[in-house]
Amino acid sequence: MQQIIGNITVLEAAPILNLGLLIDGLLIGAIFALAAYGLALVWGVMNVKNLAQGDFIMTGGYITWFLGNHGLHPLLGLPVACVVLWCIGWLLYRVVVSKVITRDLFTSLLATFGIAIVIQQGLNLAFGPDTQSAQADLPTWELAGGMITIPATRAIGFVFAALLAVAVIVFMKRSRMGQAIRATAQDARAARVLGIDTEKVYSFTFCLNAAICGAAGALVAVVWNVQPFMGTTYSIRLFVVVTAAGFGNLPGVIAAGFGMGVFEQFGGFILGAQYQQALIVMLLLIVLAVRQLQNLHLRQAVQ
Amino acid sequence: MTSNVRITAVLAALGLSCSAGGAQAADCGTINLGAALSATGIYASNGNNTKKGYEFAVKKINDAGGVKIGDKCYDFKITYYDDESTPARAAQLVERLIGQDDIKFVLGPYSSPMTKAILPVTEKYKTPVVQAEAASRSLFTQGYKYHFGIVATSEKYLTPVIDMAAEQAKKAGKDPSSVKVAMIFQDDSFSLDVRQGVADLMKKYNMHAIIDDRMPKDLNDLTAFFTKVKAVKPDVLLISGHEKGAATAARQMGEHHTDVPLIGVTHCESAKVAQDFPKIAEGFVCPTQWDETMKASDPLFGTAMDYNNQIKAVHPEYKAVPYQTAQASVAIYVWKDAFERAGSLDQEKVRQALIKTDMPTFYGHVKFAEDGSNPGKTIVMRQIQDGKFVVVAPPAVAAGPVVYPRAVNY
Amino acid sequence: MNSARLQPLTYWLLLLIGVAAPMLFPDYTNQIAVLWLMIVFALTWDILGGQMGYNSLGNIFFFGAGMYVSAVTQIGLYYDVGMYTSAARTTHIAFSYSQYFTGFALGTVTGGLVSAVLAIGVGSFVFGLRGPYFAIGTLGIAVAAAELVSSWEWVGAASGISLPVFPGGPETQKLFFYFLLFALSFILLLFLRWLYSTNFGLAINAIRDDEEKAEGMGLHTRGYKRTALVIAAFFLGLSGAIFGNMTGFIEPRDIAFPTTTFNIFMVLMVLLGGKGTLWGPVVGAVVFHVIKEVTWTYFLGWQYVTLGLLIVIIVVYFQQGIVGWVMEKYPERFGIQIAPKEPEEIPRTAGLATQPGGAE
Repeated sequence: MQQIIGNITVLEAAPILNLGLLIDGLLIGAIFALAAYGLALVWGVMNVKNLAQGDFIMTGGYITWFLGNHGLHPLLGLPVACVVLWCIGWLLYRVVVSKVITRDLFTSLLATFGIAIVIQQGLNLAFGPDTQSAQADLPTWELAGGMITIPATRAIGFVFAALLAVAVIVFMKRSRMGQAIRATAQDARAARVLGIDTEKVYSFTFCLNAAICGAAGALVAVVWNVQPFMGTTYSIRLFVVVTAAGFGNLPGVIAAGFGMGVFEQFGGFILGAQYQQALIVMLLLIVLAVRQLQNLHLRQAVQ
Repeated sequence: MTSNVRITAVLAALGLSCSAGGAQAADCGTINLGAALSATGIYASNGNNTKKGYEFAVKKINDAGGVKIGDKCYDFKITYYDDESTPARAAQLVERLIGQDDIKFVLGPYSSPMTKAILPVTEKYKTPVVQAEAASRSLFTQGYKYHFGIVATSEKYLTPVIDMAAEQAKKAGKDPSSVKVAMIFQDDSFSLDVRQGVADLMKKYNMHAIIDDRMPKDLNDLTAFFTKVKAVKPDVLLISGHEKGAATAARQMGEHHTDVPLIGVTHCESAKVAQDFPKIAEGFVCPTQWDETMKASDPLFGTAMDYNNQIKAVHPEYKAVPYQTAQASVAIYVWKDAFERAGSLDQEKVRQALIKTDMPTFYGHVKFAEDGSNPGKTIVMRQIQDGKFVVVAPPAVAAGPVVYPRAVNY
Repeated sequence: MNSARLQPLTYWLLLLIGVAAPMLFPDYTNQIAVLWLMIVFALTWDILGGQMGYNSLGNIFFFGAGMYVSAVTQIGLYYDVGMYTSAARTTHIAFSYSQYFTGFALGTVTGGLVSAVLAIGVGSFVFGLRGPYFAIGTLGIAVAAAELVSSWEWVGAASGISLPVFPGGPETQKLFFYFLLFALSFILLLFLRWLYSTNFGLAINAIRDDEEKAEGMGLHTRGYKRTALVIAAFFLGLSGAIFGNMTGFIEPRDIAFPTTTFNIFMVLMVLLGGKGTLWGPVVGAVVFHVIKEVTWTYFLGWQYVTLGLLIVIIVVYFQQGIVGWVMEKYPERFGIQIAPKEPEEIPRTAGLATQPGGAE
């Protein structure tokens, strides 16, 4: 308790730190927002809750790291990770996901959980359990007399995440496929009646999400580090983000992604790193509880 | 069920004949040792280092004529299982080693949590365990009678750094109690023990911890912690979180331009911080159980440097030999010595011999106390200077003074 | 329901197997003891997941809660818990014969009861969640418990607790815990057999088939759901207390609240055996555990890849489970006249009665 009060005092004494934490949170939140967008897409369009989302990210990260070891700059590894993940996504869609779309939700949850375990352990067998990070060899900028440090990697990660997000959003709005995806999300049966090949839409959506995860993973490998078993934490984070925002609300998802990044930084600072993990899970429970209250209101309104 | 047993036996035999390999005198008997080691999960990298150490020593001993009991010779063989880095699994597997594979002598797993889980089992069966990979002090306070640990216990890991800080403070004409300490430890029994040792010593100096955080096992972001460090400007920074903790910390210190004059980090070698983050890791003070320049030797492996060269010849991938490998080899050597002095394969007699162990090794002297620990074993502190590990403490074995403040240039 | 005639014999047979197993295979006593634990896991999961249609991913919470409550009771009766678990402690603490057994008995019962009480609280939160949110919410509770206990120093935080040492020899200890776990699973099986034959069983089946309708027909679904969770939690709490003492060392993430091992095994065993049947979970647990114990160590690092594949295959391709499959194949043995395979083949008039799940 004393520590917590002490930490808050530190923040009060040096207000510039608040800004530092905020920037750190936003820079990291951009990556969450990107991956959460993908999760929300699959969730909304196919009604599949992808528990392997975090592990897709780790896979993307490992691909980037691996190529980095062989002389490819990590930022060039990013498109490769996208392509590879697209293919993995397609394969998984064919073999597993397409079989569970029409089943109940628990089935898809469990099936993707199985995929998550396979990916984690596969990465562990292929690359070993050590923590790895792709070295971009970029400088760190100092502001406010060194009180705020902005690593160039994070800034670049932020810009990339933003560009990708914009690209995806424009694609969804403008392109034929994007329109088909949105139509399917609204009403799959009606879309089918109107001649949209929903099977193709599902397959495309799942692949697109995997590719987005590949990009996010590449950024994670550059900005943070990757480890085979870290995917689960990301999955939980993304679930919190999407559940909080509601999967139909894409701008909300992006905002919540940033919020998650900032929340974690301040939480970790004030309560101590030991609660950083627990905080995410507690947040999930709180979000669920709030949703439940909202539902109660809804039910009363209907009555 | 009987066919199961037969399949098990056949497969086990196959596995063993593959793993043991090497030249063996045909007329030697075998002594079966058993170990649950982590091949998967978070402890797999050091589980693997441990296995290399075991295998190296087994081959060395077998090639040198094996274990001599009376006028018979015996070769070592080890049955391995993968404990998946989970304590519950480790306990089940040791149960299985003893119950089904008929193992009478057990080697330790890697890490304190695993060892903590298997000791109730081995104690129950009165099966002696020699372990060289678990340093938590709490292992030695349960009154276990069949447990022998070779390594220096974990509360000693980072205390020398506190001593160094106190000394530097005195040099600068300040009282040691003015030293501000920031620390972060992973929440597992090993790291928390390291913390306990540090906390006890700090109390003696009347020092003050301005940050005292713990990191969960699967946290990969210490940004908030390093922001705090930047804000409160401590004199000493202590980090203990196995490989992941060390690697993550090194990386993020670089990003935050962390500027602390004295930094103590555990697991520097196995986390490869000197290789992966040469600039940032410059000046880290790292505890090690063993260093190749130590003045210690034994008739089997030779000096510490000899061991270093031999194992590097077998495993060229080692740039610096992790102490986890060295101490694993010592565990096998301690078994050999105990068997030969016991002159028997009887568990109770071997245990009595283990109690009386008093032998020099390339790793330091091994002599067990009543609680099964090896209190004579000390921790050696090395500092990363120009990318190389230089012994800086204790003074008796130091190759040079500690560089203070650390020379870092972001 | 003519299978009911066969059943008394089956139970006697199971009792015989349970009692004889440790004598026939003394080396395997511990593994068979864990098998009974697995059966408890599967049976308790099926109360909610199979019979009531609420797929929980967090049942392990009650197992861990029972384990920790019992440990704290056992130690707290005689010593200060904070002192016992402190990393600074350097002295050895021994428990006498009577201290051990008094503590163990009280601890186990308390563990079960506290878990049941916790279930009331948990239930009032999670039962408001629908569909996948229920699964995610329950998983969240289990993960949160693991994280919070990991930073709670009074109970040893992530270092865990070394429990009092069993005062008898290894053989006695093995048999002691074996028979406790066997008795627990056997009693649970009999209890559930009775429970599913009562109105309560019909009520939770009705909740599974259509909760809104059940509610509309005047069923107090909230009360039934809560009671079902309390029953599952009570037995899980007892099993946690016993298993904790059997292992001798407990710690939060991997032993008490192992969300990715035991927690998933529960679901998997039920799906493998057949959801919503009394014997399905038992069959699933036996098949799963025996295969796992026999083959696991030969996968050399690939065991979890295999587990993941197994989950995917069972979930995607074999969800009716072994018992479900047998029922489809030989419906007449189970007294079912029409055994529809695909949901769309169900004749609209006879939908409810012919569900495979309603066979018991």
